[in-house]
Amino acid sequence: MAIASRNKKSARRRQVEAAINYPIDWLEERSGLIGGLKYFLFRKVPGDTNWFHTLGSATLTAFLIQALTGSILAMYYKPDPQNAYQSIQHITNDITLGWLVRGMHKWGASVFIILMFFHMARVFLFGAYKYPRELNWIIGVMLLAIGMLEGFTGYLLPWDQTAYWATVVGINLNGTAPFLGPFLADFLRGGAEIGNETISRFYALHMLLIPGLIFALIGLHLYLVIRLGVTSPPWSSEAAGSESNGDAPTVNGRSGLTQPAARSGWRRNGGEG
Amino acid sequence: MTEPQHGDRPHSPGPSLYPIAFAAGIACILVGLIINPKIIVPIGAAIAIVFGFLWARDATEEFRGEPVHAMEPESGGPPESTDAPAIPANQGEAAMPLPEPGERFPRNRFLEGATLGLGAVIGGLVTVPAIGFMIVPAFKGQGYPKVDLGPLSQFPEGQWLITSFFMRPRDGEVSRRTAYIRNNGQLNGEPSFTIISNRCAHLGCPVQPNGPEQPDQKKQVDGKGGQKVTLTPVLPAGGFGCPCHGGQYDPEGNRTAGPPVRALDRYQFAVVDGRLILGKPFSVSKVDGEGKNAEIHTYRLTGPGQHVDGWEQILYPVQPPH
Repeated sequence: MAIASRNKKSARRRQVEAAINYPIDWLEERSGLIGGLKYFLFRKVPGDTNWFHTLGSATLTAFLIQALTGSILAMYYKPDPQNAYQSIQHITNDITLGWLVRGMHKWGASVFIILMFFHMARVFLFGAYKYPRELNWIIGVMLLAIGMLEGFTGYLLPWDQTAYWATVVGINLNGTAPFLGPFLADFLRGGAEIGNETISRFYALHMLLIPGLIFALIGLHLYLVIRLGVTSPPWSSEAAGSESNGDAPTVNGRSGLTQPAARSGWRRNGGEG
Repeated sequence: MTEPQHGDRPHSPGPSLYPIAFAAGIACILVGLIINPKIIVPIGAAIAIVFGFLWARDATEEFRGEPVHAMEPESGGPPESTDAPAIPANQGEAAMPLPEPGERFPRNRFLEGATLGLGAVIGGLVTVPAIGFMIVPAFKGQGYPKVDLGPLSQFPEGQWLITSFFMRPRDGEVSRRTAYIRNNGQLNGEPSFTIISNRCAHLGCPVQPNGPEQPDQKKQVDGKGGQKVTLTPVLPAGGFGCPCHGGQYDPEGNRTAGPPVRALDRYQFAVVDGRLILGKPFSVSKVDGEGKNAEIHTYRLTGPGQHVDGWEQILYPVQPPH
């Protein structure tokens, strides 16, 4: 009796599973996306990773929040000297939940930069920038630099006194760079003086050009993280040189990648077992 | 030297300096667009065309069946290929047979070159104008219009006036500028004015007069085309000071303390039909003397924070056209 009911239940369960799996299998068969997602999410990770290893994902989350809230703010913001300040006031005071979304974007910008520094500090203190991850450190530094540029261009957009004069000082600071500085300053201003061109120019840089660049570099950054694996913490008992890694067979050349010594040997031998 | 293996053939064409000269020609065109379109742009175009032609001729030498210059094998150190283990026959992709000795047009290589070449041409046709559109307008058509500040009678002799006006009235509030103006009286039968820009020579914040203003005597004069000039008497006994980073100047605009690298900028002026007309701004390293007898060391307008004299001036050899 009990067995029969269990069998019956499991038969229904099989049906449900089949119904759920059908579209997933359909998609997988035609695109390989499910396998790709599994490959991306269910990677081999050193057993002694800890909360410090989440700072990179936290930074990515902060950036995605900036991208989302920024896109919505762009629906209400008007980037010209006559309307910019009024439209910000309108967003903050009149539009439903505008204060919240603008606040998320404003404070989230600082969170993004702060998390980038924390993430950078983790990578530095754990020695995770060393071979073979130097290129990922370089890309990370580029992300930091253009993240700052994103902050600089976004700061002008509220078009209040602080924004205006901070941008005047910031552009003139660029102008004092030797040789090409004066040209850089004119390029940023869109002319010899801050005017109608400047704010729309900063707006385009802030919400199209630089975010596109950041997305592309984040893609490269993640690609390298997945290719090279996650570094063990420096206090790990399974640190570089432990014997379990030296002769460990590699699956697609990847399981051995989590330990630097194993990895370097693997690379030099041309990537075969 | 061992037998070249698959994937190890010397690539052709060999290294060439023509692409660099071609790029220099393009750079010359772009710079010429800013500096002097009539003379420098044709020079750059000529360089680009000549070296582009030479480059194309060099790159297609093999396709056109001319004798290819043999590449010198690199000397120094053992050849790399001796260290690498030979690829076993069952690994790696199937090697394509090398072209027959007499074959001159391997089609796949021609198609590869055509695809890359056409792609580069199309990409260039799209990106060069787009980047030019982004950069060049910031350097063209820049200048300082003449601003009519009203009749001379509004500028009593010896009185400093905070003069606020629109540089381009049609642009509205964003073009508002402020100058500190003092009528110095007559010098050799000509009117003399001291007109100091409020743009700090440190990083461009607005300097403020260090002395009492008289807002109750403020005057506003509406001019042509929406121009609004306001004149507020002030007594800058302590000179001028910048609120941002504390730069200090004396009443002639000389730096007295703080981070500024030179004196405050000034404006040229003219008197036309008894009205004061503001001209171009210019930069000043220092001012000796004061009032109408001042000796002003003038330079062309330079951005804030940039030295115009001393050894540091070599850091800013070229200024964008204003």
